[in-house]
Amino acid sequence: MGMTIAEKIISRHAGREARAGELVVAEVDFIMGQDGTTPLAIQAFREMGGVKVSHPERVALVIDHSAPSPVEGTSNLHALMREFASSQGVRLYDVGWGVCHCLLPEQGHVAPGDLVVGADSHTTTYGAINAFSTGVGSTDLAAAMLTGKLWFKVPASMRLELRGKLQPGVYSKDVALFITGELTADGATYLALEYGGEVISDLSVEARFTISNMAVEVGAKAGLMEADAKVLDYVARRVKRPFEPAEPDPDAEYVEIREYDLSDLPPMVAVPHRVDHVKPVEEVEGTEIHQAVLGTCTNGRLEDLEVAAEILAGKSVHPGVRLIVAPASREVLLEGMRKGVIQALVEAGGALVTPGCGPCVGTHNGVPADGEVVISTANRNFKGRMGNANAFIYLASPATVAASALEGKITDPRKAMR
Amino acid sequence: MILKGRAHVFGDDINTDYIISGKYKFKTLDMKELALHLMEDIDPDFHKKVRPGDFIVAGRNFGCGSSREQAPLVIKAAGISAVLAASFARIFFRNAINKGLPVVECDTSAIRTGDELEVDLERGLVRNLTTGGQVEMKPLPGVMMDILKEGGLTEYLRKYGEFRL
Repeated sequence: MGMTIAEKIISRHAGREARAGELVVAEVDFIMGQDGTTPLAIQAFREMGGVKVSHPERVALVIDHSAPSPVEGTSNLHALMREFASSQGVRLYDVGWGVCHCLLPEQGHVAPGDLVVGADSHTTTYGAINAFSTGVGSTDLAAAMLTGKLWFKVPASMRLELRGKLQPGVYSKDVALFITGELTADGATYLALEYGGEVISDLSVEARFTISNMAVEVGAKAGLMEADAKVLDYVARRVKRPFEPAEPDPDAEYVEIREYDLSDLPPMVAVPHRVDHVKPVEEVEGTEIHQAVLGTCTNGRLEDLEVAAEILAGKSVHPGVRLIVAPASREVLLEGMRKGVIQALVEAGGALVTPGCGPCVGTHNGVPADGEVVISTANRNFKGRMGNANAFIYLASPATVAASALEGKITDPRKAMR
Repeated sequence: MILKGRAHVFGDDINTDYIISGKYKFKTLDMKELALHLMEDIDPDFHKKVRPGDFIVAGRNFGCGSSREQAPLVIKAAGISAVLAASFARIFFRNAINKGLPVVECDTSAIRTGDELEVDLERGLVRNLTTGGQVEMKPLPGVMMDILKEGGLTEYLRKYGEFRL
């Protein structure tokens, strides 16, 4: 019987053939922590009796969730991370570098066929470049830093075949939201998702990250895609070490194979307060908004900013709306500046904030007021997510967010693009 | 280990933002302070209702959302002795065991807030002392039971130095 991508990658790293359901101890290729999770990991590392990180070159720590720090408590936790990174010889991406999930692939830390753990649930993002990457907590992060290994249960896999050609104005975010609505918040718990079909192959690598990013919103442990020519080209420019992509075997065993034809998929919106509460944009069109957010690990990459800039160039954001722009990395910011994308967004009224997680996690950079409505390119709209439990968060593509920012109400982006 | 306490019942898909909001968790590692905000966005006075040893009881997919380990830590710091749910999100489940918080997967549909429960982790049984009902819990994989017995992954690794399956 053949193997899935997940089974192949975990088997290689465990040094033996391992099938869905088996428990293994496996060596990890890369380990990531961010400022919300690393301080506890440093504490756990020391309590474990840890003195040296086993492979410092396989670790990156990123200060992105509250960057720059808004309060002294956070500043002290950041200082703890800097001290640990420096004494351990571990790479630290400090304030301004950007969001961990944009940085790791961009800086060449993740390759096809890798086994990666990150102390952040959206670590599933790198599945788009064929890495089995999954979120863990702080103590698992500490254990991985200490031993270079972690125990895993090999997940069973669900295959999603996405057929057809997306309409103009419909993007990978709409696909990700559609899948979340179909599978629901726990529809893939303990499973690895494998995505295939011409919808995926037509998308750029940047756009694919958006889909794998949201795999965790249906409970999945990983959101895997194959390493096609686009992926190999993406990593060839970045990764400096040998790697081995993992293809699923034709007779691999799946718990379920689902096929969707997305040719008629409209722009989609997740409505408060659940990510899996997804509707076509036309059903919520006209909802008044007060803040629009462009950025995050889901949709803060260059292509995302470009799509928004095309809609907003030469125009002005509605006077009742604050548009927050948070490029996902310094590289995205610099490239966006070179291309005039940042110029267009700021001229249209956008408020540019430091590359990082921005207002998504509710620490700073745009906490909404009571009763306010936000439309965001982020991946979570839980009550209180952005720092105020009395606000309402809608999730959509960069195009829908830009079009809505122009009109002051939720708007079908296809109208703004005509 | 037999745990005894009262049930506090929540619904499905209780996410980690509800357990402890992001706006607090980035500022401190003091879990006692964070425990004052446990479940704040869905039940602002929840921390006042908890007596040491009580249980959080929920439906499906408890702990979905972020990987924040503050979630199980804050539940523990508030005095909760175990979480019972119909199912758990995987990162929370793993984090809870790693921090020595028992997580019990079982049929929770008959449990009401205020019910007195007795949880026998060794025998895998949940007894409802108020109604007389009894349900079995789904057994933990061996490695997780070992980690839980040591009190968490930190203690486990301090003892063994590596993972033993």
